[in-house]
Formats: sequence, structure tokens, C-alpha cells
Amino acid sequence: MTAPALPDLAGHFGRFGGRFVPEALVAALDELDAAYRSAKADPAFQEELGGLLRDYAGTPSLLYSATRLSDRLGARILLKREDLNHTGAHKVRNVLGQALLAKRMGKRRVIAETGAGQHGVASATAAALLDLECVVYMGEVDTERQALNVARMRMLGATVVPVTNGSRTLKDALNEALRDWVASVQTTHYLLGTAAGPAPFPEIVRDFVGGIGTEARAQCLALTGGLPDAVAACVGGGSNAIGIFHAFVPDEGVRLHGFEAGGDGLETGRHAASITGGSTGVLHGARTYILQDADGQTVESHSISAGLDYPGVGPEHSWLHDTGRASYTPVTDREAMDAFQLLCRTEGIIPAIESAHALAGAAKIIPALREELGREPLVIVNLSGRGDKDVHTAGAYFGILDENETIVPEENL
Amino acid sequence: MSLGGAFEKARAEGRPLIVGCMPAGFPTVGESIASMIAMVESGIDVIEVELPYSDPVMDGPVIQKASDIALANGVRTRDTFRIIEAVAETGAPVALMTYWNPVERYGVDAFARDLAAAGATGMITPDLIPDEAGEWLAASDAYRLDRTFLVSPSSTDARIAMTLRHCRGWVYATALMGVTGARDAVSSEAPDLVARIRAIDPEIPVGVGLGVRDGAQAAEVGGYADAVIVGSALIRRVLEAPDREAGLAALRELGADLAKGSRSAQR
Repeated sequence: MTAPALPDLAGHFGRFGGRFVPEALVAALDELDAAYRSAKADPAFQEELGGLLRDYAGTPSLLYSATRLSDRLGARILLKREDLNHTGAHKVRNVLGQALLAKRMGKRRVIAETGAGQHGVASATAAALLDLECVVYMGEVDTERQALNVARMRMLGATVVPVTNGSRTLKDALNEALRDWVASVQTTHYLLGTAAGPAPFPEIVRDFVGGIGTEARAQCLALTGGLPDAVAACVGGGSNAIGIFHAFVPDEGVRLHGFEAGGDGLETGRHAASITGGSTGVLHGARTYILQDADGQTVESHSISAGLDYPGVGPEHSWLHDTGRASYTPVTDREAMDAFQLLCRTEGIIPAIESAHALAGAAKIIPALREELGREPLVIVNLSGRGDKDVHTAGAYFGILDENETIVPEENL
Repeated sequence: MSLGGAFEKARAEGRPLIVGCMPAGFPTVGESIASMIAMVESGIDVIEVELPYSDPVMDGPVIQKASDIALANGVRTRDTFRIIEAVAETGAPVALMTYWNPVERYGVDAFARDLAAAGATGMITPDLIPDEAGEWLAASDAYRLDRTFLVSPSSTDARIAMTLRHCRGWVYATALMGVTGARDAVSSEAPDLVARIRAIDPEIPVGVGLGVRDGAQAAEVGGYADAVIVGSALIRRVLEAPDREAGLAALRELGADLAKGSRSAQR
């Protein structure tokens, strides 16, 4: 497959993407676009970012051959260990890039939105490192279910603003960050946390996290002598997925599988599967797949994972879906938590619940892949983050912690 | 009356138009119609009906709260057309303000058709810039609707010129960098922005919005703008009123103050 160079100059991925924003933001988006083009071509910028990624963030992350998990799933599973990065997820790659861009543009203040808190923590970290003021918008519901990450952000010097509008989750945090930006574009960079939003954000975020796939591809070749049969990643907004997919898009033989948050199941309406359970629309500055009602009002999403609990998806995923280059499938909360437990018990790795969706999805596709290939498939799963932040949620789910987060005696389990 | 006619009449009188904004269906369909008719009766020239939307990134807390109430009470896109029809019967020009997704979901051509049939003069699109507006440009041509895009203090002259070329009827100048909401002082950026617009197109009527809360501020903005757009201050009167009658009375009081302000504008 010869992929066209996307996005085009207007930020479109086919019929998706673009800029659906107040005119007040256009100048800032143009400025960001110009700064990004200039930085991309500047060896000094690339060297500074490369140095930070290597010496501070701890990349390249490992590609780990998970043998016990492989035995259980009947496939060779390679885990891309983004959970080992500084701050515990792939997010650090994006924030370091964007924070350096902010400095390059002469902006001393960054704002960010966060759901699970991973992007918020990463933004607060980069801001501390680069001496920037940082304000993080977080839905009030998420501040409660991710209290530990709120504490982390505050320790790092960021201001966390609980958002009380709407569903009080990630979607509303994004709205609030956009509002702040409309009023502060001259001094502030909006450090958007996923490969979504108005152009040029989907492209910038994709490029900054694209190292995941570039590394994984080279590591897989070195480790196995070939490319994987499939690459699996979870998809909320879609940054970790686009990060690992992008380098493999031209490799026709590599299947790209995105796994969305199926929540209680698509049929229940309580899910966050924007592609498989949504329709085309405009949300947060781009045309993409979104969850909406018959009148185009955004529908509240649901997922056990705060990081996937978002009613939209990055426009490049919508394009990959429409062209058939990547396939997208929902994974329920229950399936994700089963996979979460499986990884804990087989490999001694506690994954982020987001990443558990990717694992569960990989487990679902392996039987068909085995049959089709007539051999054991080689599958890379992007372990996009670690599960420290989700210990309370998982502890409650498995009955290890009660609602007051007190340990339940083992005999009661 | 067409909006163009209203602008001509106001120009002849040497005063700006007052545009009053109210979300459709806030707090109910019937009450929003009553509010808008009260606004017309108190002297507000043009009614801007806002289609309530779940993710209104240009709106401040007052308008969002009112929109949330309307949505919670079940208002639908079709109700908005019904409301426009009822208010247009007063003879006042009625323009719709809407975020883009509800239009796209309805179908752009069908939306334009039903909007025109309801008697609206056109549409203001806060999150649709001309760069992405191909379908709307075609549909608004087909149904002869005004199309009002926003320009901002951060817009370059080139973008202002491009936007003005795509506007029809009037242009909406956002007076400051920020979201909607009444403020203690009106923007100092607005006169410069209006002057930049006029330097590019001396003819197109310019509406200035974001921040006006009373007649005195309306007079100040009306000194340089063709229309003064007031939203949050009006909506707050309804939100804070103890009951429906008190809300209508408060709306009438502010409407009269704004109308008086428009007539005292030094132009």
C-alpha cells in the first residue's frame, strides 16, 4: 500500500480532520503549524528532543517477549513496554515534544486536559523540567477516580482545575481547556494530549509518539528477523495506537488492530467505542467518528478506564478505519479486566486498564489469525502505560479493596 | 423584516441595532418563545436564537448553563425551527447561532431548507470557519440565507478579508479574546478590530459581541459598531429570576435599557 502523505495541507485525512474551531484560535493554530514545520527541519530541535527522550524519558522502550503470556494465548506476544517510560506511559514522548515547541514559540504557560491523569502528570512533569507554568483541566469525576494522579500533578507544581460542566469527564476537560486557550492564546500553548483536535494537533501528536512504532518495528526485526503479523493497541483518543501503527502503515502484511472501550457492551449504549459504535461528526475541532444522538448532541461515554472514556477519536484512525488499513473492535470492561489479571499473573506486570484493552483484543484475534496463517502468529501489543494509577479501580473491581479503599480480608474473596 | 432592511433602517436613524441572544428551549420551548417575544416588545431589534449544544466551546458559563437546562428539558433541533417561526411572526429578524455538528447531523441542505422555511434570516457559526464551510456556502446560496462568520482580534488582515468575502448580511466581530459573558468593561480591542474590518470592506454591517451587559455599554459599542450583540446579560435575568413573570419583567427592563442605549450611541 502506498499511503498518501496525510494529512494534507489543510489538515485533512481524507474526509476527516480539519479545523472546526472559533476563528480566535486560527492564528494560534497557524503559529503552531509554522513552529512545528520549522522545528521538524531543525537538527538542533531534533537533537534536544532526542536527548530528552533518551536520557530523561528512558526510550527506546523495551520490546519484551512475553513467554508465559504467549503460551497462554497461543501466539508469540511481544510487549512494547511504554509502561517503563518516565511518568509511566507513552504520553511523555508527546509532552516533551510539545513543551519544547511551546518554548520555541516563546510561550511560558501550558494548559492540558486529562482523563486518567497520565497526560496531566506527563504535562506537569515536562513543565517542571522546562520551567513552564502548567494548568491541567480534569473532569471532576476523574479527579475523584484518579486522586493519586491529582496529587502527583500538584507535587510537580501544576494547578489542577476540576471541571464541573457536563458529564465532568475528559470531554468536558477538553472543552474547558479550549475555552482557556481562546482567552490566552498569546501567552499559552495548549498541550493537547491525544492525536485528536484541530489541525495540526493530530499530525504533531502522531509524529511525537511515532517513535513507538519506529522502535518496535526495528526491535522486532532485530529480535525475530521479520515483521509482526499484527500490531494491537487500545484506542481512546488514539495517541498510543497511532504512535505504534504509523511506522507499520506501509507494511501491507502487518495487520493493525485498534481496540476501543466497549464498556458494558455496545448493545447497552454504555461504552466509549467511537468508531464501532458511533458515527461521523464534528467534535473538539475535527471531523471524525463520535458518539452522538440523532440531533448531533454528544453522548456521554462510559468505560472502566478513565483514559479511554472519551466520545471521540483522532481523525487519522477514522481514515484508517474507512480505508480498511486498520480494523477497530470493541472490548468490554469485563474482557479488559480479565486480560488485566492475566498479565499480572503470567508476567508480573500490572498494566494500565487502557493497555489491558489491547491485550484482551489481541487474545480475541489470535485464534482466527492462527487459522488464517496456519502457524503461531507474531503479535506486538502496545503496553501503553502501567497500572499504578488504576490500582484502586482494579482493586475495587476484583473485590480486593472495598468502596472506602480498605483491603478486603482474603477469606472474603 | 430582512436583516439587511433592519440595518438600513437603523443606519437611517443613526443608531446601531441591538441583537439579543437566547438559547432555544430555555428553560422550555414555550418559555423561550415568550422570552424572545418580550425582548422584541422591549425594543431589541434582532433575535439571535442559539441552538443548545452539548459542547459549546465559545460560550461562557451563563449561556452553557441555560443551554444545559434546555437540553435536559428535551429540546430538539426541530423545536428550534418552531421557536424561530414563532418569533419571526413578530416581524423582527431572527438569526440562528449554532455550533456545526447539529447542522451536519441534520443534513446541511435540509437544515438550510428548514431554517429558511422557519423564517430565519441566516446563521451565525462560531466553530465553522469559511475554510471548512463548502457545504454551508452552497446551501446558504440555495436558500438565500445570510451567513455570518466570526472574526477575532487575533485574525490577520488576510483572514479578515477572506472571511468577509464569504460572509453575507453581516459579520460578527468577537470583541475580545475569550468566551461569552457580560463583563464590567467593554473591550478595548473591539474598536481596532472594527476599524480593520471597515478598512477592508466599508459596506458590510459589523456586529460586536462578547461582554456587553447594559445600555451604557451598548451605547459605547454602538458608537462604532452597526450591531451590538447581548447574550449572557439577558440570559442571566431569566436564570436569576424567582419565577417566570419576574424573568420576563427583568428581560423587558434590560431590553428597554439596551434599546435606549442604542439610541444614545454617538456615531
